[in-house]
Amino acid sequence: MNTLGLVIEREYTSRVKKKSFILLTILMPFLFVGLAFVPMWLSTIKDSGVKKIAVIDQTGLYAPDLKSSEHYQFQLVGDADTTNYQTQLGNELFAILQITGDLSKNPKAVSLTSGKQTPMDLQSQIENTLSEKVTQQKLDELAASGNVDQAAITQVRNIIESGSHISLSTLKWSKSGDVSETSTTVASIVGMTFTILIYMFIMIYGSMVMQAVMEEKRSRIVEVMISSMKPVNLLIGKIIAIGLVGLTQLLIWAVMVGVLFLAGSSFLGLSQEVMNAQTTANGMEMAADIDAAGIMSMLMTINWVEIAVFFIVYFIGGFVLYASIFAVIGASVDNEQDVQQFMMPVTILLLFAFYAGFYSVQNPDGPLAYWCSFIPFTSPIVMMVRIPFGIPFWQELLSVALLYGTFILISYLAAKIYRVGILMYGKKPTLKEIIKWATYK
Amino acid sequence: MYLETQNVTKQYAAHLALNNVSIQVPKGTVFGLLGPNGAGKTTLIRIITRITAPDNGEVFINGRPFTGNDVYNIGYLPEERGLYKKMKVGEQAMYLARLRGLTKENAHRELMKWFQRFDILDWYNRKVEELSKGMQQKVQFISTVIHNPDLLIFDEPFSGFDPVNADIIKNEMLRLRDEGKTVILSTHNMESVEALCDNIALINKAQVVLHGNVYDIRNRYKQHIFRFRIIADDFDLQSDAFTVLSKEKYHEYLDVRIQKRMETDNSALVKMILDRYNIISFEEELPTMNEVFIEAVKQ
Repeated sequence: MNTLGLVIEREYTSRVKKKSFILLTILMPFLFVGLAFVPMWLSTIKDSGVKKIAVIDQTGLYAPDLKSSEHYQFQLVGDADTTNYQTQLGNELFAILQITGDLSKNPKAVSLTSGKQTPMDLQSQIENTLSEKVTQQKLDELAASGNVDQAAITQVRNIIESGSHISLSTLKWSKSGDVSETSTTVASIVGMTFTILIYMFIMIYGSMVMQAVMEEKRSRIVEVMISSMKPVNLLIGKIIAIGLVGLTQLLIWAVMVGVLFLAGSSFLGLSQEVMNAQTTANGMEMAADIDAAGIMSMLMTINWVEIAVFFIVYFIGGFVLYASIFAVIGASVDNEQDVQQFMMPVTILLLFAFYAGFYSVQNPDGPLAYWCSFIPFTSPIVMMVRIPFGIPFWQELLSVALLYGTFILISYLAAKIYRVGILMYGKKPTLKEIIKWATYK
Repeated sequence: MYLETQNVTKQYAAHLALNNVSIQVPKGTVFGLLGPNGAGKTTLIRIITRITAPDNGEVFINGRPFTGNDVYNIGYLPEERGLYKKMKVGEQAMYLARLRGLTKENAHRELMKWFQRFDILDWYNRKVEELSKGMQQKVQFISTVIHNPDLLIFDEPFSGFDPVNADIIKNEMLRLRDEGKTVILSTHNMESVEALCDNIALINKAQVVLHGNVYDIRNRYKQHIFRFRIIADDFDLQSDAFTVLSKEKYHEYLDVRIQKRMETDNSALVKMILDRYNIISFEEELPTMNEVFIEAVKQ
């Protein structure tokens, strides 16, 4: 076997066999799926027990409209002994709703006192009920004033009752003439997921390359190594091996998350009911319109093959680009303190890319997203946001070409600097010296 | 000549590391590469092992220019050396052996041979970080010679070894030389140079200041100092032929050191003394390599 193969084999197996790697690789999917399922699961079980709310309605207008539900029981009480009720708060009473005046005249004449944080759904139920009632009141007044046509009033009432909530379905028309239903929300979530993934992997595995280079330099093994192989092979072997470790972890995660999600959804009986229960419980009425089946069909419209291919392509490009820079840092310094100083600009660059990706979600075709998806240092991260939204092929091609061109150039320079840097001990080099190393024969 | 460098020059930024360095290393000998710290020894070794390239000049092996594949025929133990701390001794040695071009089977066989020779078989599954520095040095020595190279380069091989183990390594080096290997030894330990080296090159301030056979060099630096032991209480021979350097009484003997004048003939000198005293021993004192080193560097 040639030296490059041997280096890759050692660097790869020594990392994959590590207990911390195995543990993290196996536990992360559980954590991830857990984070997705536990809130859903909790929302299905927490609805036991009925919370009592005492209603003190001095006007007597609103109390009859407050309908008790399976979670909340409204109880009309007199205002005689408010203090008496306050002592019961937190015990048999959950909250006290006080209405002190006509809300159509004084909208502030209502308050809810409770011993704990008021749940979102309770608040929205009360608000909605009272708002509707106040609307009715105002319409009644208008009708009573006699200035308006009674027929028109009736029509207005009908319109209000029927509701006018609009849910926008977004369609995507492709050149071939297919029209498919897309969801900006779904595309954003998918884009964000991949952006975070690629950012995390570049950060974690890039600095792993740096650590490995530093360790070899510090333990003084590097000269033993390069006396039997070209330094560049040692560097390339390390980068390839660590990249493969990253891809291995990713693959295991992808498979495990997929399996766990399937298992999880069948275990929880993830049906439309549960989804709706969760979404309404969270008071997210907007999301309630996208039912589970809808999400599924929208997930299907996303071109997963394209995303997967580009994810790998950008992962490799971005990883090698940053790993080369990290390797230069690792080769240039020989103690932890000096690392921070050299790391800073790279970390800032990566963070900038991450935030650019983050904000690109809101406007995937805006100038920030557009330009950052071509700049090689940001493109692996930002482009992953844009791809689920669908972008012209030439843009993808240009972006990848720029990225790979840069990474070839940077890793060529990195290899030259690395070769010199790993044998330099003692004083911390200046940036000028490091650049000069690239010119050594 | 097994290894030759011709007019090798290497410049690092403002610092000239090697200036027209030419050395010749005969086959089957131990060659000492000497010089003060920072003289350029390590740079020269790195050029021979192709870790860095010279700006000028060339390296020849067996009379032909050195090529990339020749590095497999070199065993190099750098001064700055270490091992992967988390690896097991056996795995580590196997890895280094295979990097040097051995197949898995050959590597294992050779490794067993060396582990037995050094009596360290029971370390095979220990982690490197559990070993003492001396133990690690042994593993490193093995990984340097495991692929049976014709050229061996040791940079400060004795640092970190106790006298017993240093002796084992010295004997291994001589054994390798007797097998026909060529050994380059870079060290500050001048006693070991006298004990091991056939030839040396002394590099100072990037240049070769001394090159040749150890005996010849010591001869060249001799101060015409003679040491003799006589049976007497005092030595009071007056002569223009020499000056007395020291006299020391040892039981019934007297040890005397004299420096003779260049023109004086050795046998005339002995005769002169013999006429008056009873000589027990008489020998010329050659300078130690330590003295040669200091003298040459001072010049």
